Amino acid sequence: MFNENRILKKNILSAQVDLSKFDFATEEEKRQQDVMSESTTFFRDGMRRLRKNPLAMGSIVVFIILVSVIFIAPMVVPYRYSEIISVEGVRDKSAKNLRPFEYSKMEKKYMEKGGKVFPHIFGTDEMSRDYFIRVVYGTRVSLGVGSFASIIVLIIGLIYGSVSGYAGGKTDLIMMRVVDIIYSLPDLLMIILLSVILGDVLGDKIQGSIFSKLGANMLSLFIVFGLLYWVSMARLVRGQILSIKSNDYVLASKAIGTPARKIIRIHILPNCLSVIIISIALQFPSAIFTESYLSFLGLGVQAPMPSLGSLANAARSGLASYPYKLFFPAVTIVLIVLAFNLLGDGLRDAFDPKLKK
Amino acid sequence: MNNYVIKRIGLAILTIVIISIITFFGMNAIPGGPFDSEKATSPEVKATLEKRYNLDKPIVQQYGIYMKNLLHGDWGVSVKTGRDIWDTMSKSFMISAKLGGIAIIISFILGIILGCLSALTRNKLPDRLIVFFTTLMTAMPSFVLATLLLYLFCIQLGWVAVWSAKSHSYILPVISLALYPMAYITRLTKTSMLDVLGQDYVRTAKAKGVAQWKVIYKHTLRNALIPVITYLGTQIAYIITGSLVVENIFTIGGLGQKFVNSITNRDYTMIMGTTLFLAIILVIANLITDIAYKIVDARITLE
Repeated sequence: MFNENRILKKNILSAQVDLSKFDFATEEEKRQQDVMSESTTFFRDGMRRLRKNPLAMGSIVVFIILVSVIFIAPMVVPYRYSEIISVEGVRDKSAKNLRPFEYSKMEKKYMEKGGKVFPHIFGTDEMSRDYFIRVVYGTRVSLGVGSFASIIVLIIGLIYGSVSGYAGGKTDLIMMRVVDIIYSLPDLLMIILLSVILGDVLGDKIQGSIFSKLGANMLSLFIVFGLLYWVSMARLVRGQILSIKSNDYVLASKAIGTPARKIIRIHILPNCLSVIIISIALQFPSAIFTESYLSFLGLGVQAPMPSLGSLANAARSGLASYPYKLFFPAVTIVLIVLAFNLLGDGLRDAFDPKLKK
Repeated sequence: MNNYVIKRIGLAILTIVIISIITFFGMNAIPGGPFDSEKATSPEVKATLEKRYNLDKPIVQQYGIYMKNLLHGDWGVSVKTGRDIWDTMSKSFMISAKLGGIAIIISFILGIILGCLSALTRNKLPDRLIVFFTTLMTAMPSFVLATLLLYLFCIQLGWVAVWSAKSHSYILPVISLALYPMAYITRLTKTSMLDVLGQDYVRTAKAKGVAQWKVIYKHTLRNALIPVITYLGTQIAYIITGSLVVENIFTIGGLGQKFVNSITNRDYTMIMGTTLFLAIILVIANLITDIAYKIVDARITLE
């Protein structure tokens, strides 16, 4: 019944494959089938591709440098962003509009006497404030607005999109109509309008509360972001969920009675994580753009707090004499936006090549 | 097709109505009436004024009156200057429209040319230069670009005269408005050109010996430009919002500058009128873009 290799003998009339015609694989042949590379996760694979992208890595380096400067500089530089420079407790009126690394008369006298004065790396502004620290705080404010706005957009967009996508049917239809309408509103015009309205309405109400330092304009900027900018994120999440929802493992999970909230959290959201991260990276520069734009129109942060946009706006009046005052905030905005654009593109290429248009 | 157009027009009208509701009720939510900030007025005068402008009626009725006047072409008068809003807007809009129109045309022409060049010389020097330039341009806010141009060409080099009543030089404002959309159109054209260049029908045309320029013009470019059309609506939105700052920097008396001035002066009726006007232009531009896209791209209607 069996031949020497313990293989079932073939019946002459059967249409079966004749197993005796096959050889056993040798040890060497077996080894060829071994998986040589270590098994990799989705995240690790993406990171490997990202590391090969010099532009994206360069942007990460630029971003890290920027962040460390804005955190370390306020500790090193003895000036504050709203502080008028004073020498030995006397207000230094001669320290207006100094050039980078220039000292005022009073400071020079003080240094001759043996006192130490920290140099004004970017010079000073027309109100005798150190310009370097103002640019540093401006960058802080701009980055803060960018990240906060992205978080608002992420939370609202994620919840709205996943509910709409998972519920489907009539709920989805109604929820998406709302999104369509908000999407067709001209966003920047609405932001300007709402900033004017909310700035005036909130102006008195937040006096004395924790928000007053932030300023009514800033608060209204966040509210407007929360009202208008989440729609594209919601659309994105919904689209992703619709395609993931039809997978068999979601059906299996439903069949064993997992509640919808848990299915979304455990099975669906992790699978659209890459798309979400990429769109946040690309959302960030647009938030910074909007903030600097509004600050430029005088609807941004409250004086004396600086932002990159308001610094650039203030630099306009003395453009002929002090062009470097425009140069510093402008270059910082361009650097931040460039870094995020390139990083976002890099992330997209590394984690979701399908998204590339 | 007809169904789609009707649906799309319905959405556009709904959007305009919603924008008008937001602007009207938002502006009315601001504390203080239009006659509070003026010099001390006696209550009788104030009451008469309020009656004259229908401010004594309930707010919903006020909205109804406002919309009715709007449909008859009456945009009301400015609170601050007392001038007719429509007069101010239509005059200044002509300047803005000229500026924006030139910027749109230039950015489309240059963007498409650069995009083609970039796609055809892929990974060679011209392509790399164009990619570098466009990446830089998309990271530069229009107000930074406009101020830099103003400093460089008007103040430092003195090549271009600053905008005044006598000399209307559109060059710098147009450049600062056009560069960002141009960079975007270049990228868009490039990717869609590369897409089309890989199609079978292009290879067939090349194989049967059609001249290079004819392949590019007849077979590639025409199909590659379809996605570029969709950008028109977004671009008009960008030009309108960009003109707000650019017109201010170059002190051009267009609608953008009027709008920003009305914001700084808190001229509420003027803000309301201008927002609504610009929003209507934008919604119509988007509507036309969407419908044009459907007409041009036959594949969509078949689906």
